[in-house]
Amino acid sequence: MKKNLFTRGATGAIVASVIATTAAVEAHATDLTLCWAAWDPANSLIELSKDFELQSGHTMSFEFVPWTSFADRMLNELNSSGQLCDLMIGDSQWIGGGAENGHYVKLNDFFDANGITMDDFLPATVTGYSEWPKNTPNYYALPAFADVVGWTYRKDWFERPELQTEFMDTYGRKLDVPASLEELKDIAEFFQGRDIDGTTVYGAAIYTERGSEGVTMGVTNALYNYGFQYENPDKPYDLEGFVNSEGAVAGLELYKELYDIGTPPGSSNWYMSENIDAYRSGQVALQMNFAFIWPGVEADETVGGGNTGYFPNPAGPAGQFAQLGGQGISVVSYSDKQDAALEYIKWFAQPEVQQQWWNLGGAPALRAVVEADDFAASQPYAQAFLDSMAIVKDFWAEPAYADLLIATQERMHNYVIAGEGTAKEALDGLVRDWTEVFEDEGKL
Amino acid sequence: MPLSPMDTAAAKTPVGMAKRIRGLSDRTIAWIFVAPTIFLLLAVNIFPLIWTIRLSFTNFRVNRPNKDVDWVGLSNYKRILSDPDVWNTMQATAHFLIWTIALQVLIGFALAFLINKKFRGNDMWTTIIVFPMMLSPAVVGNFWTFLYQPQIGLFNYVVAFFTGADPASFSMIGDVHLAPWAIVIADTWMWTPFVMLICLAGLRSIPDSIYEAAECDRASKWRQFWTLTIPMALPFLMLAVLFRGIENFKMFDLVVQLTGGGPGNTTTLTSIDLKREAFEKWRTGYSSAYAVILFVTVFGLASIYVKALNKVKER
Repeated sequence: MKKNLFTRGATGAIVASVIATTAAVEAHATDLTLCWAAWDPANSLIELSKDFELQSGHTMSFEFVPWTSFADRMLNELNSSGQLCDLMIGDSQWIGGGAENGHYVKLNDFFDANGITMDDFLPATVTGYSEWPKNTPNYYALPAFADVVGWTYRKDWFERPELQTEFMDTYGRKLDVPASLEELKDIAEFFQGRDIDGTTVYGAAIYTERGSEGVTMGVTNALYNYGFQYENPDKPYDLEGFVNSEGAVAGLELYKELYDIGTPPGSSNWYMSENIDAYRSGQVALQMNFAFIWPGVEADETVGGGNTGYFPNPAGPAGQFAQLGGQGISVVSYSDKQDAALEYIKWFAQPEVQQQWWNLGGAPALRAVVEADDFAASQPYAQAFLDSMAIVKDFWAEPAYADLLIATQERMHNYVIAGEGTAKEALDGLVRDWTEVFEDEGKL
Repeated sequence: MPLSPMDTAAAKTPVGMAKRIRGLSDRTIAWIFVAPTIFLLLAVNIFPLIWTIRLSFTNFRVNRPNKDVDWVGLSNYKRILSDPDVWNTMQATAHFLIWTIALQVLIGFALAFLINKKFRGNDMWTTIIVFPMMLSPAVVGNFWTFLYQPQIGLFNYVVAFFTGADPASFSMIGDVHLAPWAIVIADTWMWTPFVMLICLAGLRSIPDSIYEAAECDRASKWRQFWTLTIPMALPFLMLAVLFRGIENFKMFDLVVQLTGGGPGNTTTLTSIDLKREAFEKWRTGYSSAYAVILFVTVFGLASIYVKALNKVKER
């Protein structure tokens, strides 16, 4: 009888403690929604986040939107103070609007309280993804995905002796990774319309897309390297002579020439996915694209496994720069689950999580990972990624970035693809458009 | 004598309620029935319209909730009407409208005329012809981008077959001269069946006796077509033009999928431009004025057209 009473008591205690624990976990557990673009790295993040779910007891939901409608959908969400997203991996250009319009939570105090320092991250990513105003210690995001425009090329084609000989005869140099954008243009021209193994191939797949940001993300890689600057370094928003400098005109002309003589027919509206398709299907010798695609290229049966080489955007007369991509992760100020969202950021900032992020196909910006001795040799594209991240420049991140971007898309597409007017007229027009935007904003 | 259903319902009505209803006039009862619909209409259509008109006189931007909203008078309207880019999009829209309507009416009527004849497999052909309009415009836009691909596109190969040109030598959606026609062709392919169906209804509404009378008067087929078929089918044709005109004035999805408004601004129609202003640049006040201008344009043109349509019907 005593034993029976003891057993009953023990069982009751166990049941009570289980109920209490479950209740405590349930009270603590939160379902967090993370919003990002629908692309390969997002799948890696789902995988990575399983570890967070195990550790924290929270559950993660994901809202991924294709790149071409990502900005429309997510900026709509933020502008309407929507509560769909607790965490937002927003584009780098949104940081100004996110901060000034109160969409993102300022993270300085949180970083200080949890020992997270921005010195641990690649400086370009901190400036590009986290700071507003730029170059001030006001942080609204943690660098989440480091990305940059770079190039892939068909190494197996480049190594063919007959092509090597012909290229040497035509251009007087070895068919190899181009040292300049001029050389890249020559290579694209060389491959344009060439017959390789019974198939007609073309030079390069470059960004030409009209609807979102494509042609801008492409053309800037030529503009930067020929002397284009967004503004007078000594006088903010002073554009004349910087946006439309002689160098900038030459850079824009080069991009148009590359489009005219070295790209596949019909590539007038191509962005990331079209370029990937063209490259993987063996249509082009060179591909401009963000580095996020490189793990997928390497794993591809046809073009991967040593058939592809990777290199940073080649230099121009004014230096070597590349268009920054990538995003930071922010806590949405309209979320009522901010504590759990901050927990996620704290977890994500850990070096072992960042290392795992790289292993799964993500692109960390934590210096402990990317500056480790074995990083450059860890993947065939790792060195090109590091070299590219060292030369980045980004588009405007002003709250009015969308107005600035749309004007750029229009001017660049009109000149490069539609062939309307001259490069000088296109850039002069861009100065007028941007000036009008800054006047509307009260900054001029 | 058995009670009618109405009498049965009346008998079942509680006495109290019956007395209350009996006190209401027919007009009041009518209002009770109509009120929910009117309320819904006001909430969903009229209120947003009035709100849009109000916003069109301000510099409001929905993405700047912290910024002061100023009354700017007619400034938005002046900016829009004096902006050459807006007039370019109007021109692109007019080109698209005129050519799609002309081609769709011409081909749609011809198809309806053929389908109206009794022949074997008539129903099967009708179903096949109607198939494109059952698809989503976004899907149509997407697959026409493949059809127009210079290297693999069927369209280029068909043109090449007849002209002897290299299929890769021209790009329908990448060339400023061809892109406006690329969207006209895709839209015509999709919506000609709709015009055909309306024309078919018109043709089938013409009584056979009229043609029999014309035969007795020894009128030739050609004369019957111009003096009987066309005038009697004209109201239906005009209705088809009205529907397609309104639809194509606000065309968005098919063109965005096909060309994204490019190359340059060649195929940027007013609806695409408006969407960019409203939901990409977030110039809410400006885009509200733009929307009001488009609304007045469509509403005005449609009103004039409907009056003309009624006159044709009365003849």
